[in-house]
Amino acid sequence: MKLIDFLVTALKSLSTNKLRSSLTMLGMVIGVGAVIGLMSVGRGAQAMVTSTFEELGTNAIYVIPSSPGAGVAGLGMGAPTLSLDDAEALANPAYVPSAVAVTPASTNYAEVIAGNESAVTSITGTTPEYQGVLNYSLASGQFISERNVSHRDTVAVLGDKVAEDLFGSDDPLGQKVKIKERRFTVIGVLEAKGGAFMGVSQDELLVVPITTFQTRLFTQRTAGGEDAVQSIIVQVASAEAIDGTIYDIENVLRQRHRLAADEENDFAVISQEQIVGMLQQVTGVFTIFLGAIAGISLLVAGIGIMNIMLVSVTERTREIGIRKAVGAKRRDILGQFLMEAAILSLTGGGIGIAGGWVMSRLISRIDIGGQAIPSVISPDIMILAISVSIFIGLVSGIYPALRAARLNPIDALHYG
Amino acid sequence: MIELENITKVYRMGKVEVPALRGISLSIAKGEMVAIIGASGSGKSTLLNIIGCLDRPTSGGYLFDGADVSQLNDNRLAGMRNKKFGFVFQEYNLLSRATALSNVELPLIYGGGGNRNKRAMEALEKVGLGARAKHKPTELSGGEQQRVAIARALVNNPALILADEPTGNLDSKTSAEIMSIFRQLNQEGITVVVVTHEADIASQSQRIIRLHDGEIISQ
Repeated sequence: MKLIDFLVTALKSLSTNKLRSSLTMLGMVIGVGAVIGLMSVGRGAQAMVTSTFEELGTNAIYVIPSSPGAGVAGLGMGAPTLSLDDAEALANPAYVPSAVAVTPASTNYAEVIAGNESAVTSITGTTPEYQGVLNYSLASGQFISERNVSHRDTVAVLGDKVAEDLFGSDDPLGQKVKIKERRFTVIGVLEAKGGAFMGVSQDELLVVPITTFQTRLFTQRTAGGEDAVQSIIVQVASAEAIDGTIYDIENVLRQRHRLAADEENDFAVISQEQIVGMLQQVTGVFTIFLGAIAGISLLVAGIGIMNIMLVSVTERTREIGIRKAVGAKRRDILGQFLMEAAILSLTGGGIGIAGGWVMSRLISRIDIGGQAIPSVISPDIMILAISVSIFIGLVSGIYPALRAARLNPIDALHYG
Repeated sequence: MIELENITKVYRMGKVEVPALRGISLSIAKGEMVAIIGASGSGKSTLLNIIGCLDRPTSGGYLFDGADVSQLNDNRLAGMRNKKFGFVFQEYNLLSRATALSNVELPLIYGGGGNRNKRAMEALEKVGLGARAKHKPTELSGGEQQRVAIARALVNNPALILADEPTGNLDSKTSAEIMSIFRQLNQEGITVVVVTHEADIASQSQRIIRLHDGEIISQ
């Protein structure tokens, strides 16, 4: 029997049972579609994390408070241990020669009111270096200056989205905004950056001088009574300088915090690379998790095909008997049933790929707080899904096909 | 052509053994038209199935054209069914969703060779059903369905046609037509073996083998 005969025979018998064939295929469509759709979203999230950090500015090192011994869970959760003076010390080239720029940054959320409009946004207290370290460009006006910082001026620079939310198409420059009952003068507007950092849009912020933030908005002190900062960002010239810089930073801070040799750091120094690595690990687990869910549905689809094929062998025992009586060999019957399973799983898989692609496109259109999860459909996911569907199709087809092929012709003829 | 030597067939129903054939020895020559008759349960269908390689005997020897059939594997038996034998059943056993032409073509698909459509059509025309080639079995009368089955049995130019109660579901007029097709085929040189319990059908054969309780009582 030739391949084309197998194909024609299988297609004929599939088309005589259109409803059953399409329901079986539906399982495969959903399974493969789920794999493609979910995996591509997971991959998209991973890509997003990476690109977000690239946008943030490269070669940045973050210093944040940390509870000793708390591990990753303690990061940023500890009592304030970093002070403005720490930031100044790190900016001193005598202590950390490879630092290009150092900027402290503290962030909190508050309602910002302008006329009748109001918005809850993140408010970041920082220094002029912040603009360069985080790659922000100005759309109009100016960024906060050294003078603003030393005078604790009530001035604010608006992120693109905040400016739009509060002022619409009006020019915000020179306007007043009210934060915690204090009036701030808008001196600049940042250009839109697009991306998001940990799910928060990078355009949804309001920047004030760190000194103003500390004294007039969110006062926080270290255990030693100094003005606290939530983080210090250190920019280095090149990736090669990162390790040395981390070493320097730790030395300076340990001395300043008067930590004994056997005491653990009360702060954490993390390079951007490490953060990306951590987040990629998280999103990687996320992707595997999604893939596992989708894989289960693919498995169920395979069992569905096996079930249908088994039912069909039983139902078609007489047909098998007729075919054997006129000379069909075992391999002819085996081939026919395998071909049917293969057609079902391949067609189902093909439609599933198309469906998964559409699904991931739709998901990537959903707006989550000003951004969307992009979808990345890579060929390896497709190849994986197709081979899994072929594999399941064949495996689930083989057992029923073998059963059909082994039937004794006269028993098959007299069945039912 | 066919040499059966002490053929037995025992069916196992759970722990009970039911003998269907008890030592059948028989020879059928090329070109004969043979009727196998007997009451139901006498083993006549079992004997036909064993001759046609649809079933294997429990013991005994079977030579077809001098070759030992009992030594053949499944694939070779399938080849025998395809090339040497043509079956006609009481229930026609057609694929109900396929056209008459597709049904006749079926042995050719498994047997290989070209011109399948043409050969199937010729076989249909030979039984007088050329005009109904595109009809499905459900659209055909019993006699027409049986003629499609005969065309299917003929299409590979078999040496032997085996018919199991071929007229059992047909009225007497149609039965006569079907039997005349068998006689004509026999005159063309094909060996025909018909199982029946109707005496007038059997009487159209040159030779009658009578079975009772799995044994030949006359031949």
